[in-house]
Amino acid sequence: MRNIAIIAKREFKGYFATPLALVFIVIFLALTGAFAFYVGGFFSRGYADLTPFFSYHPWLFLLLVPAIGMRLWAEERKSGTIELLMTLPVSTLDAVLGKFLAAWAFCGLALALTFPMWITVNMLGDPDNGIIVASYIGSFVMAGAFLSISACISALTKNQVIAFIIAATVCFLFTMSGAQLVLNFFQGWAPEVLVDALRSMSFLTHFQAVTQGVIDVKDVVFFGSLIVLWLFLNVIAVEINKGR
Amino acid sequence: MAEMIALSRLTKRFGPLTAVDGIDMKVSRGEVLGFLGPNGAGKSTTMKMVTGFLAPTSGTALVDGMDVTVDPVKAKQRIGYLPEGAPCYGDMTPRSFLNFIADVRMLSGKERDKAIDETIQRVEIDGVLEQPIETLSKGFKRRVGLAQAILHNPPVLILDEPTDGLDPNQKHQVRTLIQEMAADKAVVISTHILEEVEAVCSRAVVIARGKILADGTPEDLLKRSPLHNAVHVRVAAAAASSVAGDLKALAVVGEVTQGESRAGYCEFSVTSKTGAPIAPEVAALLKDKGHPVSDLKTEKGALDAVFREITRGPAKKPAEAQNA
Repeated sequence: MRNIAIIAKREFKGYFATPLALVFIVIFLALTGAFAFYVGGFFSRGYADLTPFFSYHPWLFLLLVPAIGMRLWAEERKSGTIELLMTLPVSTLDAVLGKFLAAWAFCGLALALTFPMWITVNMLGDPDNGIIVASYIGSFVMAGAFLSISACISALTKNQVIAFIIAATVCFLFTMSGAQLVLNFFQGWAPEVLVDALRSMSFLTHFQAVTQGVIDVKDVVFFGSLIVLWLFLNVIAVEINKGR
Repeated sequence: MAEMIALSRLTKRFGPLTAVDGIDMKVSRGEVLGFLGPNGAGKSTTMKMVTGFLAPTSGTALVDGMDVTVDPVKAKQRIGYLPEGAPCYGDMTPRSFLNFIADVRMLSGKERDKAIDETIQRVEIDGVLEQPIETLSKGFKRRVGLAQAILHNPPVLILDEPTDGLDPNQKHQVRTLIQEMAADKAVVISTHILEEVEAVCSRAVVIARGKILADGTPEDLLKRSPLHNAVHVRVAAAAASSVAGDLKALAVVGEVTQGESRAGYCEFSVTSKTGAPIAPEVAALLKDKGHPVSDLKTEKGALDAVFREITRGPAKKPAEAQNA
């Protein structure tokens, strides 16, 4: 636990040592705002809720979370600091969790900074704040799932651009796995069980369920177990690749 | 003397390539072991296995009695390691970097402050503590890496090319530092700078193609030089041929090589047949025969010649090497 906290602290501070944190947060806030107001029609639809704000989060995360995750391991391997980190008295799991938690906390910070949206909607009308809290939690957990995928893929390459592209692609497949675009590809030859399994993997479906205001155990378990799985793969990927 | 590092049949293969091939080695407290070898000999790979970064294909590495693959965290607590190229987090300052290392090394309170202050003094980085490491010169970066390795006063210190890229003054500083710390530690340094071995190491291990080819004190290695205890004499050119004949007749002498004549003098290089000192015999002979000698000096032998001899091609037997 102690080591996880030490590594997470160093990583988290690292975001603010470079312009990365500033650029990310500004872009994230600008895009969430732009989507909610212009694309989602926040004002014109005449409802006091944050649905137009949250419904674009999966698409934003698809682009921005792999950008956070791509450097986690690829950079350590490229610069050789992984040799320093892995010869300190910390386990690989400590390092994987520390890095993941720091990046996740950073995503959480960016998400928390969208609070003016919440204030605005409360000033304009009388929204269901329970749904908004549930949506924020859902959005945060979904960001964690995207991040665990990106972190694991970052451990597979020394090249951050490759890590970004592959992570974004995998995230896209998970987001869209419930859509006909992806399912059509499997229907017809794959057994029905597999198609159903794929459909149930959809981030979109699970996230939409949460933004309806119902935090179902099923959806939380889905994102939670996905994070655990990808972090487990992350540990293996680091173990295999660290010396290369 | 307590054995701090014990390697037994340590082997690492990368696919078809055997980087380290069954190395057996023990290092005790108080020893400074120079790990020598050409590039690609397996020095760094061996160090990476001892420090727990790479898992051995077979064999074991014990650090202070603990197997690095069985109990990696405990073993790593006892090691200070400077990886090749001294990688550090470039966006951190030396101070925040050392604070991070102190946290991971579980130093706390006064002990922690003292360790950090002392280390900063030791490696002389007090002037650059608040600058991002990536903006520092190579010498400072190396010293920050060194600071990180010695911060927790580890009983085992493993330094991969600690003086690479430093200027002569900095090299001297780092060597002094290593010698100061050596008394109660087991130190392993890898290098291909041979003067470094003579300067700081109490023992030298030569490795090539993953195997240990020589293991002894730097003096032992020098004895393997064909020129070990050879004598250079300078005599008047007029007497050259009779001196050559007299020297060749001497029982302790191996080969006599005549150098160029210059300014009325001629130089001879006289090797020792057995490697034992021959200067007294040579001097006595020349005096007996009445040859005026203008210069006479004994050679220790060059370590780089020995190094080349040992590491090039299949290793020759010491006896052959001496007569080569």
